[in-house]
Order: sequence, then structure tokens, then C-alpha cells
Amino acid sequence: MHPAPSVIIFTTLSGLGFGLLVFLGLGVPDVSGWVAFVFFAIAYGLAVGGLLASTFHLGHPERAWKAFSQWRTSWLSREGCTAVAALLVMGLYAIGPVFLGQRWGLLGWLGAALSLGTVFTTSMIYAQLRSIPRWNTWLTPVLFLSLSLAGGALLSGQISLALVLLTLAALVQLAWWKITDGALARSGTDLGTATGLGTRGAVRAFEPPHTGSNYLLREFVHVVGRKHAQKLRLIAFGLAFAVPLALLLLPFSHVFALLAVLSHVAGVVASRWLFFAQAEHVVGLYYGKR
Amino acid sequence: MTDLPEKTDRKMGLVIDLDTCVGCHACVISCKGWNTENYGAPLSDQNPYGADPSGTFLNRVHSYEVQPEQGAAQLIHFPKSCLHCEDAPCVTVCPTGASYKRVEDGIVLVNESDCIGCGLCAWSCPYGARELDLAEGVMKKCTLCVDRIYNDNLPEVDRVPSCVRTCPAGARHFGDLGDPGSAVSKLVAERGGMDLMPEMGTKPVNKYLPPRPKDRIDDQIDILAPLLAPVAEEPKGFIAWLDKALEKL
Ligand code: SF4
Ligand code: SF4
Ligand code: SF4
Repeated sequence: MHPAPSVIIFTTLSGLGFGLLVFLGLGVPDVSGWVAFVFFAIAYGLAVGGLLASTFHLGHPERAWKAFSQWRTSWLSREGCTAVAALLVMGLYAIGPVFLGQRWGLLGWLGAALSLGTVFTTSMIYAQLRSIPRWNTWLTPVLFLSLSLAGGALLSGQISLALVLLTLAALVQLAWWKITDGALARSGTDLGTATGLGTRGAVRAFEPPHTGSNYLLREFVHVVGRKHAQKLRLIAFGLAFAVPLALLLLPFSHVFALLAVLSHVAGVVASRWLFFAQAEHVVGLYYGKR
Repeated sequence: MTDLPEKTDRKMGLVIDLDTCVGCHACVISCKGWNTENYGAPLSDQNPYGADPSGTFLNRVHSYEVQPEQGAAQLIHFPKSCLHCEDAPCVTVCPTGASYKRVEDGIVLVNESDCIGCGLCAWSCPYGARELDLAEGVMKKCTLCVDRIYNDNLPEVDRVPSCVRTCPAGARHFGDLGDPGSAVSKLVAERGGMDLMPEMGTKPVNKYLPPRPKDRIDDQIDILAPLLAPVAEEPKGFIAWLDKALEKL
């Protein structure tokens, strides 16, 4: 898949923002006044910023409101609805700690659940697609949720929680890479089933429909070299998990904490880039590109 | 709503004959011609006369080579457009309800005034049957020429999809695949019509007819062949002497 900056920014930032909102909703850290305000501002900045970035790749962003209508079947629509509900509930909840020095537990729990739900619905947009075997696994939501929670714990300054959640997310990331690497081969879809000619012999793409490029090739056929991808995985893993874990194990300092957050975000961006760039859409088979 | 209908009254679709398609691309051109002028936004081209032209098409023709275990390879031309799937993932993923499947005839369409151009439907289609038009920012796909097949302003012979009407090889057939008695259903039954990527669970309505085995030259080329067989394998007498003498020179 084409690794479009808008979707990478969207999934990374909103994942982090809603991850932080989960913790704020649960009252971890238990802050009030200005400190609470700053925490909520960061969470909203990330979540809303990410959602806005996602509208950049739309052909008609002015009609985006129509996307709230099809929640019965569409994960994208469900994501929009859940995101707005989470932001509204958490906005209401924020009034308590920021202005009144109060914590409305139930509302916070609801907001946290909706925030987590938003990350889940985002991941399902990708995980539901059978046409992209690498994404089409229950591990994809697990990956998105574990990354979002690890990032949230890191942002909310919960060192011991962050250590546990980062380790968990690191393991899920490794498992996701390991398992999805053979997903296209395991799916049983190849040029033979794509053309229905596989039973007659070895099928080879002889001539593409056009000499030039087209939307399908630009959007769905992105080929990353194996070596290049391995290197990027190493970088993503180091930045997202290894470096922050090491920094958190050092004696606490605000500089180290900030560095841990920045490194984690950079690592998640790299991992997301690979998430898209390495995803093989089966339409590539028709073009002999798999 | 983007719920798929439980069942459709009819299953209108195409049957494409891979045996007779000659790969002339006439259907590609006629499809683009008809659909750029009629239903919905035009099918734009980007940089059409430049070094790197590209554009929106609803139908494209690939060519594949099939190499059997034994014998000669076969070249197969392979037109591909929307298969109007019964279990169309492109419809259920659409967040706006712009994509829908019609109850009356099963045609999958896009309501362009609702489409936000998010592209998710094209992501979900395993066949590459949907293309986002770069100029209009909306999703385009084969309409089964919905503006021809019911169009009383056209002579009856033209009330079929543009690609079907144009195909010079008669490789494209149009009809109701839900009616076992229809001409297309009979054709599919007779020729072993197949689904593309059945493992994707999309249940395509369009069917492909596999290529038939080509004629083969077995042992005898012609009934006259025995009479034309060379009479003398090794030259004798004067001819043999001449042959040898010439070879020596
Ligand atoms: S071929 Fe693709 S676009 Fe057409 S109905 Fe099936 S999934 Fe949808
Ligand atoms: S591109 Fe248009 S038709 Fe396709 S899913 Fe998005 S809104 Fe629906
Ligand atoms: S039925 Fe119409 S829109 Fe579909 S491929 Fe044929 S000409 Fe194009």
C-alpha cells in the first residue's frame, strides 16, 4: 500500500492522543487545575490533530460529516462516531479536574472506554480487509491497542506502567511482524486464483493493460526491498521500545522522559510506515507485482 | 444504508469469454467513451499527452501467459471490470452510504454526491475494480451501463452495456445470472464459467469462461500427407555420385 503521510500521521497521533485520554479518564495521574489542563490539551491536540490529518487524503473533505451515517456496517463510520463521542465525553469530564477540582469517576470510565474503542475501531478499518492479507488478522487490533496504551502510559508519566506496557507492545509488534510476513502466501490467493487460470499451468503476467501507471498501481502496489525493510524494522523497534525502556530504567529526569516520548513517537511512525508500505494488496497480483 | 440486500430480484452481470477475447481493447475504449459522457462525473486523464499519461478507466484488459506442464504456452487476454459481487465488501466498508447494491438488479453503484473520496472501497475490492478520479475526487466504477440497459431512448439493440455492444469478437455477454434459464446462465453452465478469487468470499456475479483447448497437430497433418512423403531417403546411382562430387568441391 502507498504509505501516505496523512494516514501515518493520523493513526500515530490519534493513537497516542486517545491512549493518553484513556489514562486521564481513569484518573491516572490524578491531576487538577493547570496541570490537568496541560494534560488534556496535549491529549486533545494529538487526537484532534490526527483526526484532522486523516481528512487531508479525502477527495471531498467538506462532505466528511456524511461519514457518521453508516455505523451499522462500516468500521470507518464507527470510528468517526466513537471518536466524536470520546472527545465529547472526555471534554465534559475534563471540566471536573480542570475547573472544579473534582473527579467524576463514572464519566471518566465511560470516556476511557470510548477512547480505547476509538483506537479499536481505527484498527478494524485495516484488519477487516481481506484484500490485504497482512492486515487481515486479529493481531492488528491487538497491535494498535497495545501501542496506544504504551504511548498513553508514557505520556501520562506512569513509569512503572509504561515499562510493562512498552514491553508488552514490543512483544506484540515482534509477533505481528513474524506472523504477518507469510500472510499473503497463507491466504491461498495468487495469480492462479486471481485469473482462474491456475489449474491450467503456471500463470505469468505477460502485458499490463496500459504502458503508463494508474491509480491502482500508485495506491496499492508499493514494493519495499526486503533488506531495506529489515533495517527499518530494526530502527522502528529500537526507537519505539528499546530506547524508551532504557531511558525509563535510568534515574528519573524530565529530560529523559521527554526523550523517551519523542523516541517512542518516532519509532511508531517508522513502524506505521512499514505497516502500510509492506502491506500487499492482492490487486498487485493482476499486475504481476507480487 | 450500506447494508447489502438479503437478495436481489435479478443478478445482472457480464460473462466474459477468455476463449474468444482477442485483446483488442475495444471494450476499454467504448467503456471510457460512453461513461465519460454519461452517468456521473467524467473519467479524467492526467497528463494525457505528456511523458507520463494516466487516467481513470472502468475496464482494463490484461494479458497473461499460461504455461502448462506439457505443450505450448497459451496467451490469454483478460478484461477486468467490476464483478458486481453479491457479498460486495466495497459496499459495507463505505462510511457515507455512497456505495450501494441495488435490490432490483444487483448492480453496485456509487452515489457521487455522497462520496467523500476516502478510497476505502477501492482498498476493499480485491479485483482493482474501483478507481478514484483524480480530477473529481470521487470513486468511479463500472455501472453495468445502467444508463443504457434501461434507456428507452436507445434502439433496442443498443440497450446492452457499451463494452458488450462494441466487442468485435463477441467475447462479452450480458444478462441475468440469477435466472438459470437465461442465455448467460446456460452459457456459464455449458462452458464451466468460473469465479475470480472465490476464496475472497465476495461471490462475484460476473463469470469468466475458461479458454478451450487449442486445436493440436497430432500425427497426421493432412489426409494427403502420406502421398507427399519423400520417396527416396538416400540418393542412389548418378544422383549419389553427383551429390558426393558436389560435396567434395
Ligand atoms: S468487483 Fe470490487 S467494486 Fe465490484 S462489487 Fe466486487 S468488490 Fe465491489
Ligand atoms: S470513496 Fe466514496 S464510495 Fe468509496 S468508501 Fe469512501 S465515501 Fe464510500
Ligand atoms: S458495463 Fe459499461 S461501465 Fe461496465 S465495463 Fe462495460 S462499458 Fe464499462
